[in-house]
Amino acid sequence: MGEKMSRRPYVREVPPTSWYFRMPRYMRYMAREVTSIFIGIYTALLLCGLANLSAGPEKWDSFIKSLQAPSSVIFHWLALAFALYNSFTWFNVAPKALPLQFGEELAPDSVVAGGHYVIWVLLSIFILFWAGVF
Amino acid sequence: MTENRMGARQVELEVLRYNPETDQEPKFQRYSVPCINEWCVLDALNYLKDNLDPTLAYRWSCHMQVCGSCGMMINGEPKLACKAMLRDYPGTIRIEPLAHFPIERDLVSVADDFIAKLKRVKPYIISDGKHTIEQGEYKQTPAQLKRYRQFAMCINCMLCYAACPEYGLQPKFIGPAAISLAHRYNLDSRDVGRDERQEEIATNEGVWECTFVGACSDVCPKHVDPAAALQQVKVASTVDWYLEHFMSWVKK
Repeated sequence: MGEKMSRRPYVREVPPTSWYFRMPRYMRYMAREVTSIFIGIYTALLLCGLANLSAGPEKWDSFIKSLQAPSSVIFHWLALAFALYNSFTWFNVAPKALPLQFGEELAPDSVVAGGHYVIWVLLSIFILFWAGVF
Repeated sequence: MTENRMGARQVELEVLRYNPETDQEPKFQRYSVPCINEWCVLDALNYLKDNLDPTLAYRWSCHMQVCGSCGMMINGEPKLACKAMLRDYPGTIRIEPLAHFPIERDLVSVADDFIAKLKRVKPYIISDGKHTIEQGEYKQTPAQLKRYRQFAMCINCMLCYAACPEYGLQPKFIGPAAISLAHRYNLDSRDVGRDERQEEIATNEGVWECTFVGACSDVCPKHVDPAAALQQVKVASTVDWYLEHFMSWVKK
């Protein structure tokens, strides 16, 4: 009693570039975020294609040819795999953002997530049909 | 404590110690504590303080997952010490104060920042003043209760802040629990305070600092799902923006 108490809180810094190695759940989060970079690169590639298309048939042909290079094919498979991973992770957490309440009951997560998958498949079929694949 | 009872064992604890009056930085101290396997980590700490080292400082009160005082990092994971059972930790148990908060002393963290943020989001019913006490209780249907009940389970234990890397990197972030509680009152049929709370939570320091890591919901001992609350606030705030800018004739 009567002793002077001194407050000197100790602050532990979070390492700004390596924090996500601390926990598997942080790594899973980073995997979701990093895979979106490939979607970004693919979108840029699509814009390049549009620019080549507007520049005339010769430019377009050489663009299509460059897409057939092995490195380009590998990139497209990688981008497809990462885009699927990114989409699955987001669809699976969609029920958190969009809870559906009917009276006193919440719709099960599988209904909300499943709805996203159904719309995704239908849209994909529509686009493929529209593009003349079938 | 009887050593020969069924399920008794020595538990090795590594406890982060920090005395602000003498230490430059925290350091681990090892203890060997005689425990019963059915104990929780808080029981082990209580035995340790009562019998081995009375200088150890930590917070606790109810010992039944209600008060939210005994949050600490147990083997790197934010846990309530009263909910972490020794039988789930076969090896040495490493105990540290909650991550992302300054250490006051030993396992006691400084909660001032969280308390200030909690006040900012006005976590109480803001009524329109039309319902008087003489009219009796303010009735709610079970469906109206269901809308917010999950988010009302928060006990302010701050485990979600210790799990949230955004809060660790950007301490201005209002954070999971405070925003979940704001959302809880926004969803309450008796409340009219949403506009006031939006000023705090629909901001860069509010929900838009959240990148949906989801760790807050993983560690919540009361299954509040703060990550869900924050995403729902984002969706509602986005709808607000579109209504205001493109459909201003629609009344919110």
